[in-house]
Amino acid sequence: MAHAGTADHAAHSHGDHPPEPFWRKYLFSTDHKTIGIQYGLTALVFLFFGFCLVMIMRYSIAYPGSPLPLLGGLLNLPEPGAIPPEFYNQLGAMHGTIMVFLGVVPLAVGAFGNYFVPLQVGAPDMAFPKLNMTSYWMYFIGGVVMLISFFVPGGAAKSGWTSYAPLSVIETVGQTWWLIGMIFLITSSLLGSINIITTIVQLRAPGLAYMRMPFFVWAQLITSFLLLLAFPPLEAAGVLQLLDRVAGTSFFLPSGLVISGEPLEVSGGGSALLWQHLFWFLAHPEVYVLILPAFGVIAEVIANNTRKPLWGYKSLVYAALFMGFMSFIVWAHHMFLTGMGTVVSSFFQLTTMIISVPSIIILTALILSLWGGSIRFTAPMKFALAFIPMFGIGGLTGLPLGLASADIYLHDTYYVIGHFHYVVAPGSLFGLFAGIYYWYPKVTGRRMSERLASWHFWPSLIFMNGVFFPMFIQGMAGVSRRLYDGGATYAHAQDVLWLNEVMSFSAWGLGLAQIFFIVNFIISLRKPKEAEDNPWEATTLEWAAPSPPLPHVNFREPVAVTRPPYDYSPAGAKAGFLPQNTPAGTGPEPAGAAPSGAGH
Amino acid sequence: MDIPYTTAEHPETRLYNGKLGIWLFLASEVLLFGAFFSTYILLRVGAGGNWPVQAELLNIPLATVNTVILITSSVTMVMAWASLKMERFGRFQLYFGATIALALAFLVIKGFEYGAEFSHHRYPKTNTFLAIYFTMTGLHGVHILAGVVVNLYHLATARRWYRDDKVRLANRIEIAGLYWHFVDLVWIFLFPVLYLI
Repeated sequence: MAHAGTADHAAHSHGDHPPEPFWRKYLFSTDHKTIGIQYGLTALVFLFFGFCLVMIMRYSIAYPGSPLPLLGGLLNLPEPGAIPPEFYNQLGAMHGTIMVFLGVVPLAVGAFGNYFVPLQVGAPDMAFPKLNMTSYWMYFIGGVVMLISFFVPGGAAKSGWTSYAPLSVIETVGQTWWLIGMIFLITSSLLGSINIITTIVQLRAPGLAYMRMPFFVWAQLITSFLLLLAFPPLEAAGVLQLLDRVAGTSFFLPSGLVISGEPLEVSGGGSALLWQHLFWFLAHPEVYVLILPAFGVIAEVIANNTRKPLWGYKSLVYAALFMGFMSFIVWAHHMFLTGMGTVVSSFFQLTTMIISVPSIIILTALILSLWGGSIRFTAPMKFALAFIPMFGIGGLTGLPLGLASADIYLHDTYYVIGHFHYVVAPGSLFGLFAGIYYWYPKVTGRRMSERLASWHFWPSLIFMNGVFFPMFIQGMAGVSRRLYDGGATYAHAQDVLWLNEVMSFSAWGLGLAQIFFIVNFIISLRKPKEAEDNPWEATTLEWAAPSPPLPHVNFREPVAVTRPPYDYSPAGAKAGFLPQNTPAGTGPEPAGAAPSGAGH
Repeated sequence: MDIPYTTAEHPETRLYNGKLGIWLFLASEVLLFGAFFSTYILLRVGAGGNWPVQAELLNIPLATVNTVILITSSVTMVMAWASLKMERFGRFQLYFGATIALALAFLVIKGFEYGAEFSHHRYPKTNTFLAIYFTMTGLHGVHILAGVVVNLYHLATARRWYRDDKVRLANRIEIAGLYWHFVDLVWIFLFPVLYLI
């Protein structure tokens, strides 16, 4: 830590903080940047772990009943060393839980939000630094609880990431651990979202009007509102399910429930559908929590690499706001199969069709932003460019699922898995990869290797399609999405069974492609520091701070904003770009509070 | 560079950070209790004629006393904050201490109510109404308890804060008060829903 200490010495002369001991600086830090890095690294580890789970699942799907090579002995599988269905169910439930709640959301909001929202609004830190630290450690404990649950009797939760009652209520003790873990994770995201909203509303630098905020900040603001308002009902549902499991209540257990021929000894009178309503009231806004921050990153990367303002910045903002609002009234389109009745179904069908409009507006604005730009094909831009068509596939394949009549056929098939994963894997995850490549120089003062990034990007793109596209074909053939043998004993699946191997090998290839990312991530840390403030020639405020930004204060001196967020190639200026904090009077007057962008 | 608006009001929003923070927290609390109230409605509607007569199972007089106690504690909370604004520290301690005492009284009475239920062998698992009754009042009780703990902390540290930063102390009490009024308000809804109708 000796050299790190000297580097910080200069920083401390700016703030009035005394030098901090190791544990305060790296472990229990209240600096939003350290917490952001903690979130990021933890989330990446969980993403990798969650991906490993699915790589094991894919073996069972491709070769059901065959002994699992290499890992078979390690996992202590029963004879003949193949994956038993119960274990497959654990892997499935925990893959979903880990990827969504411990991987993508903490990376998108915990890491990127924490690190870059204060920087992009020109603040010295988050509004509540101690709360921020608490939020990380709540997340950490929640993650540890989820991991421990693999080792309790009966193993981890196995009722899917949705934990539908009554199955989840009568499952083994792993489900109780799942619920406790979720309560920690919910508390964590509650604290985090309060912090991000307050930071954006209260701590914006002078001159940074709402309509001058980078789109990433807008995306984080809306995301935080979704987390703030959508998670509490799941917390309530979690408490109710916990009571059903440990206190013998019957919130989700209907009267007369018979299990394996034995009537269940409970009072009954509960409603299994109640769980689904409470769960999806969270979980539909949750999918916008997964995608909105990625939209934000992509917007930043596209503006920066096309060297022109975003096309339709205002439309992007209003579309995202509308999408956030609508996401609260579409949840029951996940429940068309439950027989809610045609009137309720029609309502949610209608709102679902409406919510596709803002998504299309955002995607259109991003595509049109490319028009006429002199595109730099940097690593983040490659991921951003791939994001657009991939998210497009994910979004458009969702439309048939929003229509009750088509959904009833498709809902329990692989089609749904394909649709969802196109949105979150080559969608959200590509957005987040773009963010890592884009902001790595700001966080570390070093650039990542472009060559290794290419080797990471191309196989990832190809293999992701190799994994997810065949799911549409299998799904439309009618293959159920919950079979541990991939449909080997399923009459409808026989014609499309060969695709299982294609998907499994693609998944393993995708795993191998991530090695280039991991290597790149680590060896780039060992490069000499370039110490450039603004290597991408970007306009937003985070690039006005040193790389990495100063501990606890971020900027060398307080910043003030005079310009719109993406003032690239401004008319009448010599420079190719004007940062948001360009001193007043040095460049041409900005066209207005918001960039028009269409004039180029 | 310190974090702006920790104590002073933001010129546009007219809020200091903590006040916005607590409003956001309370917004999420509305959704939390909203989910429980929705659950109550769904279960009761779903039960049709099988729902017990609530008033026969619960003690309305005790709950009425508790309602009066909580409303009084909200009033003393406001008085505590106002006393700070008028810089009358002794009166603040009196009113703030009274708020905590009333909260404890509420919890003790609630404990007697629970005890009476248990002595009649009425538990959360007995039927769905008792399950939601114990869950909602229990969760509300946890909120009261959390408020007591935080307020005791404020009471214990108030003298030092009063000496160092009067405005900040008043802000903290205002935040604690907003939370307290919310918890009070939840009870105002719980009382008729669980006991009277």
